[in-house]
Amino acid sequence: MGTMAHVLAVDPVPARSQMGSSLGFHIILACFGIAFAAVTMTAEWIGIRRGDAAALLLARRWSKVMAVLVAVGAVSGTVLSYEMGLLWPGMMGRFGAAVGLPFSLEGIFFFLEAIFVGVYLYGWERLPPWAHWWSGMPIVVAGILGAMSVIAANSWMNSPAGYTLSHGKISSVDPVSVFFNAATPYETAHMVLAAYMVTGFLVAGVYAVGLLRGRRDRYHRLGFAVPFTIAGIAAPLQVMMGDIIARFIEHNQPVKFAAMEYVPRTTRDAPEWIGGIFINGHVYLGAAIPAFDSILVGFSPHTRVIGWDSVPPDQRPPLVTLIHLSFDLMVGIGFFLLALAAWQGWWWWFHRRLLVTPWFLVPCALSGVAAVAAMEAGWIVTEVGRQPWIVYRVLLVSNAVTPATGVPVTLGVILVLYAILTVVSIGIPLFMSRRWRQGAAAEEETEQVPYGPSQARAGSSSATAPSVRRTSSGGPEAR
Amino acid sequence: MSPSPDTIAVAAILIMVIAAYALFGGADFGGGIWDLLAGSAERGRAPRDLIDEAITPVWEANHVWLVFILVLLWTAFPPAFAAIMTALFVPLSLSLLGIVLRGVGFAFRHTAERLRMQQLTGALFAAASLITPFFMGTVVGAVATGKVPVHPRGNVLAAWTSTTAILTGLLFVAACAYVSAVFLVPEARGRGHAVLTRYFALRATAAGVLTGALAGGTFAELSASSPHVFAGLTGIALPLVAISIAAGMAVLGMLWVRWYNALGIRVTAAIAVATVVWGWGLAQYPYLFPTSLSLGAGSAPKASLVGEFVVAGLALLLVAPGFVLLYFLQQRRMLTAAETDADLRLAARLERPVPGQPAMAPAPAAARVTTALVLALLAIRAIRDVFSPADRR
Repeated sequence: MGTMAHVLAVDPVPARSQMGSSLGFHIILACFGIAFAAVTMTAEWIGIRRGDAAALLLARRWSKVMAVLVAVGAVSGTVLSYEMGLLWPGMMGRFGAAVGLPFSLEGIFFFLEAIFVGVYLYGWERLPPWAHWWSGMPIVVAGILGAMSVIAANSWMNSPAGYTLSHGKISSVDPVSVFFNAATPYETAHMVLAAYMVTGFLVAGVYAVGLLRGRRDRYHRLGFAVPFTIAGIAAPLQVMMGDIIARFIEHNQPVKFAAMEYVPRTTRDAPEWIGGIFINGHVYLGAAIPAFDSILVGFSPHTRVIGWDSVPPDQRPPLVTLIHLSFDLMVGIGFFLLALAAWQGWWWWFHRRLLVTPWFLVPCALSGVAAVAAMEAGWIVTEVGRQPWIVYRVLLVSNAVTPATGVPVTLGVILVLYAILTVVSIGIPLFMSRRWRQGAAAEEETEQVPYGPSQARAGSSSATAPSVRRTSSGGPEAR
Repeated sequence: MSPSPDTIAVAAILIMVIAAYALFGGADFGGGIWDLLAGSAERGRAPRDLIDEAITPVWEANHVWLVFILVLLWTAFPPAFAAIMTALFVPLSLSLLGIVLRGVGFAFRHTAERLRMQQLTGALFAAASLITPFFMGTVVGAVATGKVPVHPRGNVLAAWTSTTAILTGLLFVAACAYVSAVFLVPEARGRGHAVLTRYFALRATAAGVLTGALAGGTFAELSASSPHVFAGLTGIALPLVAISIAAGMAVLGMLWVRWYNALGIRVTAAIAVATVVWGWGLAQYPYLFPTSLSLGAGSAPKASLVGEFVVAGLALLLVAPGFVLLYFLQQRRMLTAAETDADLRLAARLERPVPGQPAMAPAPAAARVTTALVLALLAIRAIRDVFSPADRR
């Protein structure tokens, strides 16, 4: 059957595009699944501990946004689970016994997360304050451990270990080695930190906009300070982690590293390219720092850096320019976010006040989008950089892809659906915040989140009400 | 070669998880079906509210069973997983489409401002609640009839369009509606809605009879299409089938005499459904795909199976208490999203009252049913147009 797969040789590009777009979409929501509960609970903790109404209000509202994002995240996560089989049966059929194990563990954490999300999001009214606070704790723990399990599966694909093959079939498995493969500690830490940065900077960015528009009350200051502090603590750790990981990749996946840093030929005194486009063996429009790549890798200009000429052309990753520029973008944004955090930290250290000048807030408002861009760029580096392998140096993508026809169709459907889902997940929180600012108690009561209890209890005849509202509010939305 | 004990144990766990998803996930899908059939905005408001309230805090946890099925299948029985995912690419993609649409429907449904938008999202939600169980049913039907090749070279349209598979799909839809209606009866009664209690009792009875009829039909079909499973169901699994029939009858009896004990009626209905799933699993023994792929040949190495066993144990240890807590709080109605934070806003000095009364009407049933049908027709056409030529080649 193995030879059969070669003969059929399906074009893997549609499947790869579908997997890439599904992952790229889900990962943003996954960040909120991992880190948003911690941000919300910090605000709730301040609120309960200090009797701070603004903090409690923030926590409640964030948990409503969380309800929307978690709903969409659960759906897009399921899509990925399906796609493992729908798109890559060649990998799951052969290596499911190994790579499936971390996923199974993730199943437990997904369960715990879903259960306690139900308790936390809908327990605000009836549970005692501290009992409610503690009901969020399993979400934080399960979020981190669940992320580690999933990322361990991805690490395994980058650094397969813990199995023996006989006649092309897995004959035995060592679950511990599968889970704790060489790449696991690096990838999991990198992603969990990224999740905290994405969530923190995105939420802080929303309140930075509010502060810029002149809403300088305690509500907006806290709404900015809590997530920004959490993300700001993660930022320096992430930069340190990134430096360590780069050296690990140089050691573990040298060809990927070569693509990241434009090292065509194995060499000493390898230059560090900043920017640049790689065409026909030349780097255009880039700035090279002589021997700096070698210094970064081995702390000496004489360190030998392996180039992609170390493997035959058909085993080199495609699109080296994309890989290199994505890597540069990620690193650049990482330092930008670190600088923002340091700026605020400096100000706080010497003035004990929140820095709210426009010079600081404008980049903060963009920091969330920047963090998302950095994370996506990082995933492009790790996933495109692994090509043409799906399981590094073991199984080619083209031998794992499904022979089923119809992937272009599902790709199209997925793209359309995810466009809609993006609108949903950005639009609904925006819509909520607009209502919050209008701030009518009667409206707040009927605030709806996915599957929330209905409007009927609060309102009278629901059929006529929309027109009533439009005429009564007379705002810009009255058409 | 008879399968090893750990293979059998993991297969048993898999069947248990499938039964759990059929019950809990099925009840949520059934909720969507009753939402679809609840009639006009005015008439259907009370049942729709009850369905919403009952499902809100638990639907995500119930959904995770599906993810657990997938990971168990791909870790413990990788060749079977790969074969199913390849041969049944179309119905699986469609069931996935249903899951996504349902999510979109949820997220938009309650926040959509304009009526037209609500009708669209309501129809999405309703269509999804039909699509997903139906196509999952056809997948199970395809597996049970042994029509999934062990080494498929592409989509196998014939596997899931056989009479048995289609009947199984319909059976799944009916069973979802049935479980959901039975679960909603005590839910309505606990809230003191006498009218709604009767409303769902009547629907539970109707859906129960329909489910029974479809189960009988599928069973009869199986005698020709899958002799192995039929022999199993009338042999080794006969006690389970008998229990299922008895439990189904008992539920109908309870509904008839209006004995709506919350635990009694739910557990009996759950037994009726779960025993069928177990019976199907037992009847397939010792095959993953009847008579072409055996459990032994299709299972992962021992360590992976043991790993799954450990995961199941951990799940029992960690997840079971969580579920007990969740359902306990939900039954005590401690979980509700209807809180207002006006007090907090006043305290935080953010209050700025604006008069107004937002409300949204669910889409009229006719529009929802029509849109659902149109979507289903489009789906069928798309399958025919896109996939048939490839299949013939």
